Amino acid sequence: MKASGAAPEGAHGATPGAGGASSPVPAVRMTGVDKRFGAVQANRGAAISVASGEIHALVGENGAGKSTLMKVLSGMLVPDAGTIAVGGRDVTGWTTAQAIAAGVGMVHQHFMLIPTLTVAENVVLGREPASVGTFDRARALHDVDELSKQSGLIVPADRLVADLSVGEAQRVEILKTLYRGARILLLDEPTAVLSPPEVTELWGVLRRVRDAGTTIILITHKLDEVMAVTEQITVMRQGMTVARMATRETTPEGIAHAMVGREVDLAVRGARVRSEEEARDEGGEEGVRGEERGALSVQNLVVRGARVERAVNDVSFTVRAGEILGIAGVEGNGQTELLEAIAGLRRATSGEIVLGGKVVTNESVRARGDAGLSHIPEDRHQRGLVLEYSVADNLILGQQHRFSSRGAMDRHAVASNGATQIAAFDIRPTDPALAVRTLSGGNQQKVVIARELSRDFIALLAAQPTRGVDVGAIEFIHDALRKARDAGKAILLVSAELREVLSLSDRIAVMYGGRIVAMMPRAEASEEILGPYMTGARKSTAA
Amino acid sequence: MSGHTGAFAEPTPVPDATARAMRRRAALEEALLPPLVALAVILVAGDLLILAYGEAPGAVWRLLAEGTWGNAYGIGQVLYKATTLTCTGLAVAFALRAGLFNIGAEGQLAAGGFGAALAGLALPAGTPSLVAIVICVGAAALCGGAVGAVPGVLRARFGAHEVIVTIMMNFIVLALLNYVVAAKLHVPETLHTPTIRAGAVPRLASSIEAFHGSAASWTIVIVAAAVIGVAWYLFRTRAGFELRAVGLQPAAAEYGGVNVPRAWRNALMLSGAIAGLGGVNYVLGYKGYYEDGFAGGAGFLGIAVALVGRNHPLGVVIAALFFATLSQGGLAINAMVPKQMVDVLQGIVILAVAAAVPEVRRLVRQAARR
Repeated sequence: MKASGAAPEGAHGATPGAGGASSPVPAVRMTGVDKRFGAVQANRGAAISVASGEIHALVGENGAGKSTLMKVLSGMLVPDAGTIAVGGRDVTGWTTAQAIAAGVGMVHQHFMLIPTLTVAENVVLGREPASVGTFDRARALHDVDELSKQSGLIVPADRLVADLSVGEAQRVEILKTLYRGARILLLDEPTAVLSPPEVTELWGVLRRVRDAGTTIILITHKLDEVMAVTEQITVMRQGMTVARMATRETTPEGIAHAMVGREVDLAVRGARVRSEEEARDEGGEEGVRGEERGALSVQNLVVRGARVERAVNDVSFTVRAGEILGIAGVEGNGQTELLEAIAGLRRATSGEIVLGGKVVTNESVRARGDAGLSHIPEDRHQRGLVLEYSVADNLILGQQHRFSSRGAMDRHAVASNGATQIAAFDIRPTDPALAVRTLSGGNQQKVVIARELSRDFIALLAAQPTRGVDVGAIEFIHDALRKARDAGKAILLVSAELREVLSLSDRIAVMYGGRIVAMMPRAEASEEILGPYMTGARKSTAA
Repeated sequence: MSGHTGAFAEPTPVPDATARAMRRRAALEEALLPPLVALAVILVAGDLLILAYGEAPGAVWRLLAEGTWGNAYGIGQVLYKATTLTCTGLAVAFALRAGLFNIGAEGQLAAGGFGAALAGLALPAGTPSLVAIVICVGAAALCGGAVGAVPGVLRARFGAHEVIVTIMMNFIVLALLNYVVAAKLHVPETLHTPTIRAGAVPRLASSIEAFHGSAASWTIVIVAAAVIGVAWYLFRTRAGFELRAVGLQPAAAEYGGVNVPRAWRNALMLSGAIAGLGGVNYVLGYKGYYEDGFAGGAGFLGIAVALVGRNHPLGVVIAALFFATLSQGGLAINAMVPKQMVDVLQGIVILAVAAAVPEVRRLVRQAARR
């Protein structure tokens, strides 16, 4: 990453939508878009202009209004104010059906495919080729195969979607929109579920599709993606489009600055530098000392998954106090089951879990919490938060027995704890009585982090701690995790973001197919070294 | 760093005071909208029905108002019906707060009444009134709770769906009670038990002469206490905090250290106990004996009461009064139009509230935005 921050000013810094675009008729031109949901103004005067045949990044923190703006474009939402023009035609307030007919196709973050149907059937769904009133399967297969070859989106048309990898499934999603004649492709955070090689492949696909004349808008908050594949960038912050720039002429720092409105340190900070004395201590009597200091250890753990008998297959490791052990890996390789088993949300088939010297393998969730386990779950909407509950109530979830006496909730304690955490973790808005549902993704995650870090704990399970969280909050959360580590907590980090694992961990393990296939100190790890382990191409027995 | 943002003003956040005001507004909307929608629908649909029957709507409505809230007897009758409906509505609402649909309030209500009668029969005649009432009321809750515990335990242990189990329990309980009363306990020539020896709750008329002849009793106070108790339990206790979390998001509750199956079991058991409490109104407060079939659909109507009352204890009371008024009003207008008209209206209200409230709320919001 370049350190030079002198992104050029002037020429391209023109007001978006006010004539900044170069080509005569932009493929998409939205101006002055307002959209309000109750108390939340999701878009205010947002504007974007996308030239035909370019890959355009729409970046911004979570809750900045990117998805809202794109839903307005795709007809899913009607704007309160503003105009939308596609190919020079005013289409303000159109419906999804009209948008699809006009060639605007959206690829959603969550796949909308039917697993029990084949690729071809999924692609043609809603526009099935028919002969004499019946579904012409052969033609569907042929058409999809043809389109697949034409666009370079290689997928086996006759396979069941259920049997596809995530990367393949995503290609099917893109193919689906192309089949419907999409000339403008909207992609909502398409890399969230992909492994590094799959991401590289996706970029190739997008370039091919672009070269065939399709305009692409990429919604993302990952700056390396923006740098890798886009030509123009529109930045959103708090509902407004605050900057527009050419990718060639800016730097990740420049984009981040525009996203958060202040300087952001993007440097991948390495693990804490240990003093020689510490290193010697650990070399000498590591296991024993670690346990004495309250570590988390797992021995020969086997956990059942939803479909697999051994989603976690004979895993053993120890997290020492004052250490972050990062588990890298493509999602779905047993990380979820591993953490749920440690947290007490899933039964271990066999093996042992030891927390601070105490065996907790068969303890309840609450007992583990009382024994010193803290847990940032990967799915905050399902697990981490009760969305209808207030911020203050969510800040005590899991500790309700500490905030009540003789069965009755201590409302004053709940309120004052709420006020304290909101201030300490800069949660916004600051109203503790607000339903957590109304907060932005980043602030919701801060509620979870605040709760789990402020309790008394020995070990922390941090699963995807910054998923769907904006740049500013990522920085904040990473700092909070480092502080907890430096305060002597044992942290087990699971993240699909390799950069996050590399940036935070002291040691790194790779999980593949339910096993730990590699374990190394941070100093020996890099994306290039970990990549082959993540895809299963390499295995070591070092675990 | 570069100044890409220069030309744009910093956005101003929505102030907290505004947010609070909007929240209060939303809460008020939530509480008032269902009854208002129900009322509007009743007036329109009722007019049409009355006209179709060839009567003047104004005259029929006047008759209905006079027969319900127009005199002390009418008020007493409405209160009596509302008391039972409050219990069954509260029971359904309570279970729904835990995410469970208890359709078994009918059987639980009957079981509660039977329990109260059994206790009243078993106690010696000289038992001090207060002691006897406490024991009989406890027996009602216990029997209702026992019936509710069956689907509760089955759900918690085996994952059996509570809708199926509660609805089947209705048949089992009602048939069983029918057998026990008919075979062992009935007064000859009737289908009711002998009169209780102790535990009778005095009628309202015993203190307030104007209510003379109406069935309303001081059970109202017992049920009012239950309403307050349930509200307190749901919104002020740890168990209530956990129960509502289970209802909203079981996965989050589990993560928060709640034993979800146990919460299910307790919720259905307590729901049954609340429904069982309703039996007190008839057995201890009105007739003094258990009679086969006394529940008469009040358990099922409780589902509608919970729906219109939006699962809130206070809303349930308002909804219970509403449905009680309709039911009593049906008798009042029987001279002009058949009382079955009220049954039709009840059905329409339930459909309207279920279907129309979200739609009306959307329209209100839209109008407010302009």
